[in-house]
Amino acid sequence: MNTALPSKRHYVDPAPFDPGAMEPIGTENESFYRASSWQLMWWKFRRHKVALAAAYILLAFYLLVPLVEVIAPYNQTTRHSDYIYAPPQSVHLMHEGRFIGPFVYPYAYTFDIETFQRLYTVDTSNPQPIRFFCRGDAYEFWGVLPTNVHLFCPPENGTMYLLGTDRLGRDLLSRIIYGARISLTIGIVGIAVSFTLGLFFGGLAGYLGGWVDHVIQRMIEILRSLPELPLWLALSAALPANWSPILIFFGITIILGLLDWPGLARAVRSKLLSLREEDFVKAAELMGASKSRIIGRHLIPNFMSHLIASATLSIPSMILGETALSFLGLGLRPPVTSWGVLLNEAQNLAAVQLYPWLLFPIIPVILVVLAFNFMGDGLRDAADPYH
Amino acid sequence: MIRFLLRRLLTMAVTLLIISALVFFIIKLPPGDFLSNQIALLREQGDADAAAKAEFLIRQYGLDKPAWQQYLVWLGVMPGPNGFSGLLQGDWGWSFEFDRPVFEVVGDALWLTILVNLGAVVFIHVVAIPIAIYSATRQYSVGDYIATFFGYIGLATPSFLLALILLYYLNRWFGVSIGGLYDAQYAGEPWTWPKIRSLLSHLIVPTVVIGLAGTAAMIRRMRANLLDELGKQYYVTAKAKGLNPRKALLKYPFRMSLNPFIADIGNLLPHLISGSVLVSLVLSLPTVGPILLSALKSQDQFLAGFILMFVAVLTVVGMLVSDLLLAWLDPRIRMGGAG
Repeated sequence: MNTALPSKRHYVDPAPFDPGAMEPIGTENESFYRASSWQLMWWKFRRHKVALAAAYILLAFYLLVPLVEVIAPYNQTTRHSDYIYAPPQSVHLMHEGRFIGPFVYPYAYTFDIETFQRLYTVDTSNPQPIRFFCRGDAYEFWGVLPTNVHLFCPPENGTMYLLGTDRLGRDLLSRIIYGARISLTIGIVGIAVSFTLGLFFGGLAGYLGGWVDHVIQRMIEILRSLPELPLWLALSAALPANWSPILIFFGITIILGLLDWPGLARAVRSKLLSLREEDFVKAAELMGASKSRIIGRHLIPNFMSHLIASATLSIPSMILGETALSFLGLGLRPPVTSWGVLLNEAQNLAAVQLYPWLLFPIIPVILVVLAFNFMGDGLRDAADPYH
Repeated sequence: MIRFLLRRLLTMAVTLLIISALVFFIIKLPPGDFLSNQIALLREQGDADAAAKAEFLIRQYGLDKPAWQQYLVWLGVMPGPNGFSGLLQGDWGWSFEFDRPVFEVVGDALWLTILVNLGAVVFIHVVAIPIAIYSATRQYSVGDYIATFFGYIGLATPSFLLALILLYYLNRWFGVSIGGLYDAQYAGEPWTWPKIRSLLSHLIVPTVVIGLAGTAAMIRRMRANLLDELGKQYYVTAKAKGLNPRKALLKYPFRMSLNPFIADIGNLLPHLISGSVLVSLVLSLPTVGPILLSALKSQDQFLAGFILMFVAVLTVVGMLVSDLLLAWLDPRIRMGGAG
């Protein structure tokens, strides 16, 4: 260009350029202007106290996942046939006015012949201290390392059912801890499925436009107008009964992800369409960047934060979906333990009236769902740090 | 308006057609079906008569034909063994598990499903609007914080777990049994005033439980909308000119903030119906929920297919109604050729 029109060359000031002389930036502003957008997001997220607390709670929950065998006092399948439907034992610190560290009182039961109920009586004369970093049920850590070390164990020759036991005399607390592994990972795997689908279809619609866009949009509308649960039910009823628990697990996550992607795809599409008109895209185009580079290098990083925020907000619905399906007996099946599978036992009203501690798995479900909601809200606010 | 209505009706018909294909595909997914399982079982037991009857049923319902033909017959656009007789003609098929027509099996459950969901929609609006107005006009007051807090809890607590907890505590503290549709002594009795009262009192808890999550979401959205409107100049002007505050609020900003509120019914309905299916299962309400679950478990294909179709129609019609209401309220939508 310059060779064609030599007279219209740019004027360039020969004096050296000193950026500091133009607009003095305060030290406070400087760190703000120089920060990467991820850093800005973190600063903004950090100000949201509730979201931050929720993030720490979730972190604690997810740290549990690889360590369940160590943290749970019993193995998930250990049956204690002498203690069926035993009520929760509480942890005490003081015995007869004296501090002796955390301990439990043992209980004995009598069988009521008339009501066919076990009556548990607590013996408060004999405190049994809880052991820490101790040896208990044997297990294989991560499936390779045979060991029997636990974070805390029942007293010697005693029992410690902090949340009671179920109909086979299995410790409910241990089962809830084991269940966390499945229930928490299913949300992440499910969101990965839905994220991939959403990015693919949304990207296709926003990028290609035309009839592809039209078809995908109609598809999204139809899927969004269907009630999720009946479809989940129908799809999981279609999983063959002879599949192994692992295959069922993946089947369920795929089912959960299959109906969740339309929301994400819609977000991807609208973001792509609006960002396509931005100046920086035009600039990249003029500089000769290829389409794939523009999409991969400029567009996607721009709305990734939004996507992550909205994905966080849809994890709870996955966890709840799994819980609901398993609760109804159409999701995961024993021997796999998830919170929904545990709640399946609480489906029976009589059981709930006699053994209300079977409802305990509700608490972690609600806690995790709330935490994801709060964290997602915080992330969404922080996702756009320049506003 | 007529053109708008026609266009929406056409879209709805196409949507339902696609949904019906989807539903049929899903109920056909599991290998085998109720009848062939049944026949295998009967053969093993050597019950030749019953097996012959089941085989007759297979021919009767064309289950030996390819799947796409079965679909067209089920839909009613292709003549089956009994001529044109499918969903379009009002023949909902045969329930193999109950050995009765689907129509008889679902019967009252359909009305109850509609009643419970309608009740939940009404509950959401009646509760959410006043609370949202209160929250928005007294932003950051104690009441606002309480409403926000309960909103979050309502949003995060899964409805079926809430139903379980309520079932337990109401029974324990008040001796109220909230499961089922009416007290046991009214079963099989004619509809009398006490029976209707019993029915209504049993419906309160499910309606509240189903509607709670929706209410929480509504309050949040309505509060945000109203706050936006309250900051605008026309409202400040109206107040400055000495318009009665109640009138100033209800006549302008409130009406403006209602628009997204109605548009939301469409988004709300799929969730409501999902919730009602689950809650009915927990509270053993005879809506379509429990029937669907048992039909899916036993692969009773026409029954399951019909119920899936029914809930889809319910949501799609609900969305149509909300669209029409919106178009009636806001001329920009019907003129702007949205669609």
